[in-house]
Amino acid sequence: MEKSLKRPALLAGVLIALIALPVVADATGYAALTSLATRVLIYGIAAASLNFVLGYGGMVSFGHAAFFGIGGYVVGILYQHYSLGEPLFGFISGTNQLLITIPVALVVSGLMAALIGALSLRTGGVQFIMITLAFAQMLFFLFVSLKTYGGDDGLIIRRANELPGLNMRDKQTVYYVCLAITVLFFVILWRIVNSRFGNVIVGLRQSEKRMAAIGLPAYRYKLMAFVISGMGCGLAGALMANFLRYASPDMIHWTKSGELMVMVILGGVGTLFGPLLGAAVFIVLESILASWTENWQLGLGLILLFVVLYTQGGVQALGARMFGRRA
Amino acid sequence: MTLFLEQMLNGVQFGVMLFLLAAGLTLIFGIMGVINLAHGSIYMIGAYAGTWVATETGSFWLGIPAALAAAAFTGAAIEFLVVRRLYGRDHLDQVLATFGLILIFNQTITILFGRQPLFVSMPALLDGSVELLPGLVYPIYRLAIIAVGLLVALGLYLLINKTRIGMLVRAGSTNREMVRALGVDIRLLYTLVFGLGALLAGLAGFMAGPILAVQVGMGEQILITTFVVVVIGGVGSIRGAFFASLILGIVDTGLRAYLPGLLRQVMVGPEADALGAGISSMGIYLLMAIVLLIRPKGLFIRNS
Repeated sequence: MEKSLKRPALLAGVLIALIALPVVADATGYAALTSLATRVLIYGIAAASLNFVLGYGGMVSFGHAAFFGIGGYVVGILYQHYSLGEPLFGFISGTNQLLITIPVALVVSGLMAALIGALSLRTGGVQFIMITLAFAQMLFFLFVSLKTYGGDDGLIIRRANELPGLNMRDKQTVYYVCLAITVLFFVILWRIVNSRFGNVIVGLRQSEKRMAAIGLPAYRYKLMAFVISGMGCGLAGALMANFLRYASPDMIHWTKSGELMVMVILGGVGTLFGPLLGAAVFIVLESILASWTENWQLGLGLILLFVVLYTQGGVQALGARMFGRRA
Repeated sequence: MTLFLEQMLNGVQFGVMLFLLAAGLTLIFGIMGVINLAHGSIYMIGAYAGTWVATETGSFWLGIPAALAAAAFTGAAIEFLVVRRLYGRDHLDQVLATFGLILIFNQTITILFGRQPLFVSMPALLDGSVELLPGLVYPIYRLAIIAVGLLVALGLYLLINKTRIGMLVRAGSTNREMVRALGVDIRLLYTLVFGLGALLAGLAGFMAGPILAVQVGMGEQILITTFVVVVIGGVGSIRGAFFASLILGIVDTGLRAYLPGLLRQVMVGPEADALGAGISSMGIYLLMAIVLLIRPKGLFIRNS
């Protein structure tokens, strides 16, 4: 009983804090905080998407940066064709409207996830980890070699996508747009996780045989989950390209897939908001360590090792244990 | 024709290097069920330790024991401090813990040696080239690498198939639980296998020194390719790792050598080169995807 009341109150509190954040940041002179928070939100979306297959579905994908990168490149490529005024493939005109680029990013990353998932899900275990990694690497090298779209150097997007009635050149506006999308995303994800479909996905992680015995087509359910998760990462990638005004092969590099996994495990595998928390911890840690020393990766590696070896369930569980509550 | 033969030899040489890494990785996968991303770091540590000692002492040959010792020590330390706690955990924990190790090792090496790549010169004995066939001149050093690789392969074959340890290793990769149930000290076996894998990785790293630059990040580049080898060859199969290494080495080298030329027939120069390089890099991953789709457990594992 207590828990059911506590949680909504906590969420409302966090939401209010997030809404107030840019104002507070400006007032106290830490304007950079808004940018930091924007990155947290975007990576939170990506990590939560990965967590849907990884934590709920038990499919350890080591290639989710692929979809993140695809989302980014959709925005970048459409913008390039818009600014050059020449249509893509001769008939698709470019655009700089967020209301168009985001749905396109969702569709393209969803299609790629369907393709990659359909092939990868035929395997399992170690092979699944490796084949998802392989597909991401393939895309990485593809974008590196596409000189038309910047190749190695990536694609600079001179101006963020426009949204009618808003000034997207303002950092605060971008933050609020990302916040609105994040809230919407988590509402949808919450609905999916608690739906019958979500239950089946969790059931598949626990025992695929049992689910098959009930008469559920495991492969199709897993594929659907993989596509949803890919679309979420695509969304995050599209937002990231808008925020950084840059899309590059780095977004697809395998270390990015690793970082997303780190966020998931830092926050707590298989929890709804854990990955958002994990993204926050990761990005704040990264900035703090980076400001102390250029060898921040050493600290990050040690922390990661500690979290994996000695905590079960990430920061959320650690906090819960320290404050004497059950996770 | 001589160019083709030379490229084939390059492919074999690259394949042999891959095998030295893949042999350890596939055993660690197969027997302990651990995904060790830090295997590439051991390769890097072997390269740095060997190169540093070789440069300081001026003797290439002293670099070899240094590389082997550093790699074996690091391997044993990793096994004892980290990997030992990961047996039986799920793959996610293993991937993340060893990912953490990569960050730690890369940064430590950067602190110790800086970002500048190190170079080591070849020993006088192996410097120079030899004419294998009329018109086919090939560097002795690369031939030596091929020879060492083949010797290691032979040694591993004998170790795995003819000795008691090898028998346990084979049994362990088929059914870990059963070996444990029969009263074998599986911990000792694990440490031995891990140490052996680390030793081979260190050897590969040091031998790569004179050909490639010794730099931070060299481990990850080859690590991912090695994973492809292991998966194509079938997890736990040394024989599979051997053949898959050679196939991948030759395919990768072949694509890099010939694809840009072929593309240049239909495209403009620089763009063909860029796209050719890109597609050649994709080649091995494509091969892996195809193999996994036809034989999900790898080429050299019988589907039961």
